[in-house]
Amino acid sequence: MSHWLLLAAKSAWNRRLTLGLTVLAVALSVVLLLGVERVRSDAREGFTQSVSGTDLIVGARTSAVQLMLYTVFRIGEATNNMRWDAYQELARHPLIAWTIPLSLGDSHRGFPVLGTTPGYFEHFRYGDSRPLAFAAGKPFAELFDAVLGAQVAEALGYRMGDRIVLSHGIGGIGLPEHADKPFVVSGILQRTGTPVDRTVHVSLAAIQAIHLDWQGGAPVPGFSIPAQYVRKFDLTPKEITAALIGLHSRAAVFKMQRYIDDYKGEPLMAVLPGVALDELWRVVGVAENTLLAVSGMVVLVGLTGLVAVVLAGLNERRREIAVLRAVGASPRGIFLLLTTEGLLVTALGCVLGILLLLALTVAAAPLAQSRYGVALHPRVISLAELRLLALVIAVGVLASLIPGYRAYRLSLADGLAPRL
Amino acid sequence: MAAVTAPIAELDKVVFRWSARDAACLDIERFALSPGERVFLHGPSGSGKSTLLGLLGGVLVQERGSVRVLGQSLEKLGAASRDRFRADHVGFIFQQFNLIPYLSAIENVMLPCRFSARRARLSADAARLMSRLDLDPSLHHRLAMQLSVGQQQRVAAARALIGRPELVIADEPTSSLDAERQRIFLDLLLHQCAEADATLLFVSHDHRLAGAFDREVALASINRAYERREAA
Repeated sequence: MSHWLLLAAKSAWNRRLTLGLTVLAVALSVVLLLGVERVRSDAREGFTQSVSGTDLIVGARTSAVQLMLYTVFRIGEATNNMRWDAYQELARHPLIAWTIPLSLGDSHRGFPVLGTTPGYFEHFRYGDSRPLAFAAGKPFAELFDAVLGAQVAEALGYRMGDRIVLSHGIGGIGLPEHADKPFVVSGILQRTGTPVDRTVHVSLAAIQAIHLDWQGGAPVPGFSIPAQYVRKFDLTPKEITAALIGLHSRAAVFKMQRYIDDYKGEPLMAVLPGVALDELWRVVGVAENTLLAVSGMVVLVGLTGLVAVVLAGLNERRREIAVLRAVGASPRGIFLLLTTEGLLVTALGCVLGILLLLALTVAAAPLAQSRYGVALHPRVISLAELRLLALVIAVGVLASLIPGYRAYRLSLADGLAPRL
Repeated sequence: MAAVTAPIAELDKVVFRWSARDAACLDIERFALSPGERVFLHGPSGSGKSTLLGLLGGVLVQERGSVRVLGQSLEKLGAASRDRFRADHVGFIFQQFNLIPYLSAIENVMLPCRFSARRARLSADAARLMSRLDLDPSLHHRLAMQLSVGQQQRVAAARALIGRPELVIADEPTSSLDAERQRIFLDLLLHQCAEADATLLFVSHDHRLAGAFDREVALASINRAYERREAA
């Protein structure tokens, strides 16, 4: 057996260019397969970690997934808001322990701006019920104070006391700016690995203040209220986007949900974050499975290439096989030789794929974090991935049986003298 | 009849055809090699040469009759046993492309020892055998594909001889060499076979070489299938 392995290895080394390219093809297909699996599990973990301890999310009626996406993940925009009065009434409900109002819609250089109350820093939880912690400074106290998520500060190089200007609207370039009312960085949060890192937090009153002299998404022409005078106005918000709710007892969550869903004042809805996440996975799962199926196909393409390369080389190796037969090799040995070669190529491809993927995750982790808020954890391999790889190798061995069998037949027909 | 030593190899009333629908391509009443004999088998192409070698090597099995090597009827062995038998007792040299290109000269020489424990046990120093076949030590670790044709044939001869197989079968081993090298190679081969007590079956279409052998046999005249085909 060992001399077959040695022969297979030496033979493969002799054809290292073609086989090397085949190894690369298998490796790239493995990178794709494991990469998809990895992004999927990391993204799921990231999403699951993003909110914790919140019993209900309340907002204007929309789909549960959508409400979840814009309130927790800052993805997409709300089409409708909820009135401040309604929020106030809810907040006084005896079953409710705390509420966090959320007002979205502005941004700062691509990062979403969240208007909220200091209660946010007190009640919001992520991961395993971890509270937010400040790397520097404290919650906003002055009207134009801003608290930055870790990544906002890092990416834009902001420090305490820096002045920043918010833009009206989310995403894109050339948004109108609230240039006349700059904010001062009063606090920077520690990294959480959640969308909080990408958020600029300001007070609800500040959101109200910068929009005093705006109407319909643009400054009112010829009318402007300088920053120093805004405090003379009533800065109580009229609307907010949504609210996070914590209950005294989780047991009351369905009762509270029903109460909100049936609220007479305006059409509202309440969703359980876990239920909404499950629904999200059901939606995303289709795409994920499609992606996984596509990468599975790519692996098959890679292995088909492997079979093609080994088969193509077989004709040139008929003399070699005849020589091996002459010195005593059995047709079974020849079968083994060719199958081993396929196995070697597949196994090497898998190892190379793992290394490539590791390098890739290390290189792409910062981008994935900043662009998509997905924390990729560089790791060599997990148990689930090992199972996928075992499957790849098994399919590779099965595929290698084809050239193996063909060589077996050829060696029987050719004997000592290949008829070329 | 006086007692004679048992032949090393013999064919007895052997008929072989590639498939049931084909005409027989080999039909030999009797052909035998005595121990230590050096036989020149003259075989033009189409005379059934490859078939005969395949039968002696146990790679092919005849339809009728018996092929015995060292007293063992090959047709009575299973395929795997025939492969082992060939590895143990028969050394082959072909016309060309004798070697595994990606192995070094000495690895090629040692190849039969990987398939046969017997020959591994009986193989003395491979390097010495190679030197006796006029292969300079500097060539021993060169890849087979980097050797000249003459060097390759000598490496093939060393491989056929290593581990002292009883029967060496050379199939046109000199036809890719020029006249001078043919003579040198033949001398070395005959000499080394004698040293190793190996019986040599040398197949060639080149009559000029026949003089160096104990006996000459024309395959065309012992293969009745060939005669029939020619007559038709």
